[in-house]
Amino acid sequence: MTGKHGKVAYYPGCALEETGHAYNRSTKEVGKALGLDLVELKNWNCCGAMEVKNLDPKLQTYLSARNLAIAETMGFDTVMAPCNGCYHNLKKAEYDLAHDEASRDVVGRLSEKAGHETYKAGAVTTIHALDWIKEAIGEEGLRQRIRNSLKGLKIANYYGCMYTRPRHIFPEKDKGPGSESTSKPHFMDDLLAAAGAECVEYPLKTACCGGAHTLSDSDISTKLVLNLLTTAEACGADVIATECPTCHVGLEMHQVRAEKVFGRKTKVKILYFTQLLGMALGLSARRVGVHENLSDASDLLRARGLG
Amino acid sequence: MTDPAPITSTLPPTERLDAIIATPDAQLAANAAAVSRELLEIGEVTLERSLEAHGAEPTQKMSEGFRLLALHRQGARGDSTFNACRETCRELVYQYNVIALEPDHPDVARRVRLGAMVARHLVLFVEGKLEVAGLGEFCCSSRPLRTHDAVSGAPFQE
Repeated sequence: MTGKHGKVAYYPGCALEETGHAYNRSTKEVGKALGLDLVELKNWNCCGAMEVKNLDPKLQTYLSARNLAIAETMGFDTVMAPCNGCYHNLKKAEYDLAHDEASRDVVGRLSEKAGHETYKAGAVTTIHALDWIKEAIGEEGLRQRIRNSLKGLKIANYYGCMYTRPRHIFPEKDKGPGSESTSKPHFMDDLLAAAGAECVEYPLKTACCGGAHTLSDSDISTKLVLNLLTTAEACGADVIATECPTCHVGLEMHQVRAEKVFGRKTKVKILYFTQLLGMALGLSARRVGVHENLSDASDLLRARGLG
Repeated sequence: MTDPAPITSTLPPTERLDAIIATPDAQLAANAAAVSRELLEIGEVTLERSLEAHGAEPTQKMSEGFRLLALHRQGARGDSTFNACRETCRELVYQYNVIALEPDHPDVARRVRLGAMVARHLVLFVEGKLEVAGLGEFCCSSRPLRTHDAVSGAPFQE
């Protein structure tokens, strides 16, 4: 039995088709295991990512709005975006269209030129994969479905920057008990705790991973990531759970680079929260794409009887 | 027992923080209050440098009892990229408060070390922005590179 979000539109975004493929795979597998239906948007396009947004914010608003229009045309009032960047951009487009006449004007003109319906704010709600599972299944529902508890696994939950920033585009957050917090998010902690994990206190859960400047200043990115990794280890974590493909790949890549460039080896493993949930639901490590990760967690998972 | 390195260290902030993190538990615990105060000061100096580099005079005011938070508020005014270290500043204050409330807690050395790691993030994040002009333009709270419509020349309304 599921609550709301039993069937939602699914917007994977570009990253989940490439570097974040394991996140895509594990999200879909978890959905299946939980009896939740994901219907991928037809002919979706890039959300505008970070690059388009910085060149022309109105164009980014249009690109995200087009995806929302597709969801509406397909008959959905909710679209789930697991990538923090996509989630952020769709939420931002929603906010801009609700509050900015110039954005409405640009989106209207471009939609007309492209020959599709113009999206109007308020028709579709964007949710993250965390909201999806939390609201459709909940902790108690998840606890009842766990077949392979994560008991004994210490996890630092890393939310990254875009899941909560800027606060004004997430009007549903910070609404008191039960809602997500922008300063100390906890939905991933709640879900993984329900799956049996021990979630450690992690003071850098919303800190920047340096992902966006990995090309302009790789050393700073590596140092930022190394600090995230060593802090997680100081907190006693075996694993850092992620919910963003950019953060995830950044953590993995700079973990390797930190050892090569700075001679600093860290042991903490990096896994998508959906991979951890999937294994807790009884899915194999391969089924949730653990073999696609750069961070080799196979020994740890075997030792814990997972996967 | 005295602190292994002077509180007013001449070391660059990241090196001083590395030294604090590497300090044995017993020494950290014995100096927890002073070191956690120093961590706040490192944060303040980091934000001061950023403000000065942008031509502002760092405030001496306090916000919620902490100059660090007042400095952050000052820096974030009109510079949305600065907002991305809001939680880091607040986390540093939180760690300071936890240590101040329970200076004799058996876990105090680890708490100081975590505070130093939070401070290290703040230093890397802010100084990274200072080292490379424009660093962070592609980040979560960035401002657009273009602020005017290319065709009409009209400013974008954000």
